[in-house]
Amino acid sequence: MEVTNYAVLASVLFAIGATTVLLRRNAIVVFMGVELMLNATNLAFVTFARLHGDLTGQVLAFFVMVVAAAEVVVGLAIIVTIFRTRRSASVDDVNLLKG
Amino acid sequence: MFPWLTALIAWPLVAAAAVAASGRSRSGIPGPRATALTGALVEVALLVGAFAQFETGAAAEHQLAETYSWIPQIGASYAVGVDGVGLLLVALSVVLVPLVIAAAWREQGGDMTRLRRYLVLVLILEAFMVAVFSARDVFLFYVLFEAMLIPAYFMIGAFGHGPQRRYAAVKFLIFSLAGGLIMLAAVLALYFQAPADPTTGLRAGDAFLTDNLTGLAIDPVTERLIFCGFFLAFAIKAPLFPVHTWLPDVAENAPVGTSTLLICVLDKVGTFGMLTLCLPLFPEASRWAAPVIVALAVVSVLYGAIMAIGQDDLLRLIGYTSVSHFGFIILGIFTFSPLGTAGSSFMMLNHGLATGALFLVAGFLIARHPARSQLISEYSGLRTVTPVLAGMFLVAGLATLSLPGLATFASEIMVLVGSFEGSPAAALVAILGVVLAAVYVLLTYQRIFTGKPAEGLGALPDVGGRERAVAGVLVAALLVLGLVPQLALTYVDSPADRTVAAVEGSNQ
Amino acid sequence: MDNVIGLAPWLVGFPLLGAAILLLGGKAADRWGHWLGVAASAASGVVGFILLAAMLGLPDDGRVLDHHLWTWLSAGGLDVDLGIRLDPLSVTFVMLVTFVGTLIHVYSVAYMAHDPHRRRFFAYLNLFVAAMLTLVLANSYLLLFVGWEGVGLASYLLIGFWDHERTNAVAAKKAFVMNRVGDMGLIAAMALMFATVGSVSFADVLPAAAGEAGPAGRLEPSTGTWTAIALLLLLAACGKSAQFPLQAWLGDAMAGPTPVSALIHAATMVTAGVYLMVRSATILEAAPTAQLVVVLVGGITLLFGAIVGCAKDDIKKALAASTMSQIGYMMLAAGLGPVGYAFAIFHLLTHGFFKAGLFLGAGSVMHGMDDNVDMRGYGGLSRFLPVTAVTMGLGWLAILGVPPFSGFWSKDRIIEAAFVGEGWQPWVFGTVTLVGAGITAFYMSRLFFMTFAGTRRWDDDHHPHESPFLMTAPMIVLAVGSVALGGLLAIGGTFTTWLEPVTGHVEHHEPVLPVWVITTLTLVLVLGGAALAFLQYAARRVPARAPHGSALTRAARRDLYQDPANEALVMLPGQVLTRTAVYADKAVVDGGWLGLAGSVTRAGDQIRKAQNGYARSYAAMTLAGVLVIAGVAGIAAAVTQ
Repeated sequence: MEVTNYAVLASVLFAIGATTVLLRRNAIVVFMGVELMLNATNLAFVTFARLHGDLTGQVLAFFVMVVAAAEVVVGLAIIVTIFRTRRSASVDDVNLLKG
Repeated sequence: MFPWLTALIAWPLVAAAAVAASGRSRSGIPGPRATALTGALVEVALLVGAFAQFETGAAAEHQLAETYSWIPQIGASYAVGVDGVGLLLVALSVVLVPLVIAAAWREQGGDMTRLRRYLVLVLILEAFMVAVFSARDVFLFYVLFEAMLIPAYFMIGAFGHGPQRRYAAVKFLIFSLAGGLIMLAAVLALYFQAPADPTTGLRAGDAFLTDNLTGLAIDPVTERLIFCGFFLAFAIKAPLFPVHTWLPDVAENAPVGTSTLLICVLDKVGTFGMLTLCLPLFPEASRWAAPVIVALAVVSVLYGAIMAIGQDDLLRLIGYTSVSHFGFIILGIFTFSPLGTAGSSFMMLNHGLATGALFLVAGFLIARHPARSQLISEYSGLRTVTPVLAGMFLVAGLATLSLPGLATFASEIMVLVGSFEGSPAAALVAILGVVLAAVYVLLTYQRIFTGKPAEGLGALPDVGGRERAVAGVLVAALLVLGLVPQLALTYVDSPADRTVAAVEGSNQ
Repeated sequence: MDNVIGLAPWLVGFPLLGAAILLLGGKAADRWGHWLGVAASAASGVVGFILLAAMLGLPDDGRVLDHHLWTWLSAGGLDVDLGIRLDPLSVTFVMLVTFVGTLIHVYSVAYMAHDPHRRRFFAYLNLFVAAMLTLVLANSYLLLFVGWEGVGLASYLLIGFWDHERTNAVAAKKAFVMNRVGDMGLIAAMALMFATVGSVSFADVLPAAAGEAGPAGRLEPSTGTWTAIALLLLLAACGKSAQFPLQAWLGDAMAGPTPVSALIHAATMVTAGVYLMVRSATILEAAPTAQLVVVLVGGITLLFGAIVGCAKDDIKKALAASTMSQIGYMMLAAGLGPVGYAFAIFHLLTHGFFKAGLFLGAGSVMHGMDDNVDMRGYGGLSRFLPVTAVTMGLGWLAILGVPPFSGFWSKDRIIEAAFVGEGWQPWVFGTVTLVGAGITAFYMSRLFFMTFAGTRRWDDDHHPHESPFLMTAPMIVLAVGSVALGGLLAIGGTFTTWLEPVTGHVEHHEPVLPVWVITTLTLVLVLGGAALAFLQYAARRVPARAPHGSALTRAARRDLYQDPANEALVMLPGQVLTRTAVYADKAVVDGGWLGLAGSVTRAGDQIRKAQNGYARSYAAMTLAGVLVIAGVAGIAAAVTQ
């Protein structure tokens, strides 16, 4: 098993996810980018768990999946609410974080 | 033994509470002014008691000392005690407060509610001033140094007459805080220089006592850095050129009573700190920095005087004269001669009396002007209208220009003669300040009081009994200390010797 | 002596008490205040007389007494006792100050009779007497300085007595400030003394300068040190005595009431510089260069004052110029060394009498002429003011140095002393004093003739009349002094012997010219000057308006351009400096701090822009931060391997 291949794949997936988050405006697509990054991390976890013959990495991957699922639930609910009130799912229309 | 200093610190707070509760209704309860004045006079009585307990033979030692553990985890104690210099400055604070209260009798345009608040702040400030001059613990000193800003800030910004009083208050606060925070860093750095228990790494519960911090073996670079931290805070407070610019703004915009307490007493914390903290704690760094500081002090002397000559605002002018006088004080401290140091200590007292008199008399003058104008060019020929006020102003002015026979002369000549030993060139240049002082005082007197009375000023009332009493006390003090300066010098002579010995001793 | 020396503090005490009562007494004291002032001064004079009598009863070598009062300043190695030094020099001054002072107090009672503020005037006069006596009785330079500035203050208050006129107030301020320039010298001299000798009292400093051991200071006393001290003292003396280059205030000081000009700006205060020089004799002797400078300053001022005096039409300003010139003589004598000290003080004493008399006479003339001071508006007044004319005439003859009047005995001896020495100096200095005597004769005769001789030039609005007895009596007493005092004290060398305990015994020195030649030359020049003045101002008609005159006359009328010179050299640069500094304080110093504060605010504004509220930009920053940290960690790992 060539670990480099898995690592490169995880990196590429992570980069695609990050780029999606940064460049796309639609909140749904941004979410998909986040999911992609999380799964890239999962891939890395699993790869290195196997490499070291240690189950900790695989356990962590499960945790990530749970968190990701919970996040999607909460996140989608927020997006739907925002869409209802502002008729848009574009993240740039929401700059209420500004102090 | 009776805790004189704690009593002196606590009593003004009690008095402040009494003023806050005084005469809200017309029920025959004494009003805020009478309450405040009584409180301040009781404080004077306490001061007399403290003087009686103080032994002049051991003026170089901290006396009337009290020490209680405060926050042992960080080495802080409530430790008070005064040497001769500290006692004189405590005395200056305690004596000036009742005079300021009496002078503020008609302050705030007769608005008794505002006046009550003002007097409460004056008394709170008095407690802090007494405390800061008697603190023997660096941490306590620091806390008080910063705490004083709070009443002072409101006394400028909320009660001033100038149009830019809020600007002046904020400027004062920012300048002082900037210095204070740098000093905080230096205080912490100093704490970590205190010896620690080798096993636990903890420091003693009274590590912040000045006595425990004196004579530490500190690495020279660290010592210089810590010194600079302290010195900068004190230089801003003092104020020394070029960090003096907050002072004229405050003097211009604050009520004269505030300026009196602020510039005549509170600013002395700067020079007092240089004398009692910088020199004994960091003797090597003091000698290292002395040439620059002496140069800045001489610049302050001349610069303050020249600026004063160029002012049209009377209160601003008085503010600048103080820059000049603080230059003299710092010159005396950093030339390390026993005579100059004693002179500087004495001058701290005298400057308070003389400039206090000048500020308060200027306040009497301005209060008489129909438009409360502070501009000298709006006045003319008042000697014929208000001769007694003119006489008071002239005497206060003569004290400011150090006329021989008045106390200010004794101290100024000691500073000049003493600093000549340490740094002849600096002293010779500083002597020019003597001529400039004559110019700014007499020019001001000439512009306000001589010639024909200006329009609308022909029928101003002369000073009344209350105002005469206020000025009279200060003039009498200046005269007595001028004829018998030994009365005060016995308190500052041996501390000066000790301080200089500490600086010179580290030179071996 | 021991039983009366305790009275010595009262010399200062009486007038000081008088001043305090008069100032604090309020209107209640208006009715009797002036007499209290006279009494205070007279009481001081009586004490002075008792002390003089007691001192005459002492042997010559026991006449220098220090009377300790209390420890004044004792700190940091400086110990100054507040004490009184009684010796022939100080007692001479005490007598002069209290005697002339009391006469002028009496004169002022009448002169100021119509002034609503007469009480204040007497308070200041008493204050002056107290300060002047402090000056001469001090036993240390520091205490001397108290009196020194005290007389300056009294002078300030009295010049500006009528300060509802702004010009008078300006003149007063000018006098004080120029004096302060001189006072810097005294402060610096004291600093140097302390550094050298470790003391500022006469008892330590003066013997040290003479080479006797004293308490050790840090610097090694050298000729250079003593020269510096002597020159600094000279600076102080120049300020107080209106000597070149600090002479400009004296003419303006005539703005004060005339009795003030007589007492302060003629008889006593302005001679304090000479006192200081003679008091510091041993210091001067340790510094030959400084002595030469003293003589030069005296010589220059002597001619300066004399030339200015020739052109002034204001009677008081002419007398002021004359005072300056006469003090130049004294200063020159003081610089000549032991041969001159006694004559400097002697001339000071006789000058005190005749010049005070002349000023009081001028006051009397002004009193009769409705305060007109322009001599071109006088003429032929001797018929209307006979007593004034006679007393002033005697003073005039005295200042000319006509034998046997007082001035002859003192001035002639200074001229003789100036001719003593070797090399070029006696010839130059002797000639200067001779020429000065000639010019003095001219301008004083001019003054006298323009006032009392010739035809009347005043219009019918003026009704010249003799002054009341209270004014003429002091003038008569001073005139008697102008006639007799010099001869009484000079014959047999009484006065020089009397001063010997202070100035030291002097062997007789032969001048480079025989004495009779010098005396003859002097008299010829004096007569020549007087005759010239007679021809021009008594025999001929004096124009009521000053003629255009030569360039020198015009320059002299404007005090040889002293004021424009001071303005160009000091005031103008000072004003420019002040304006620049005021501007720079706001723009540069305060501007710098405000700029710093502003840049903090602006930096905050910039950084705040990053907080734009867009989730994606925060995410980008997070990512960038992670990358940076990862990069740094990677490089660090690579480096450590």
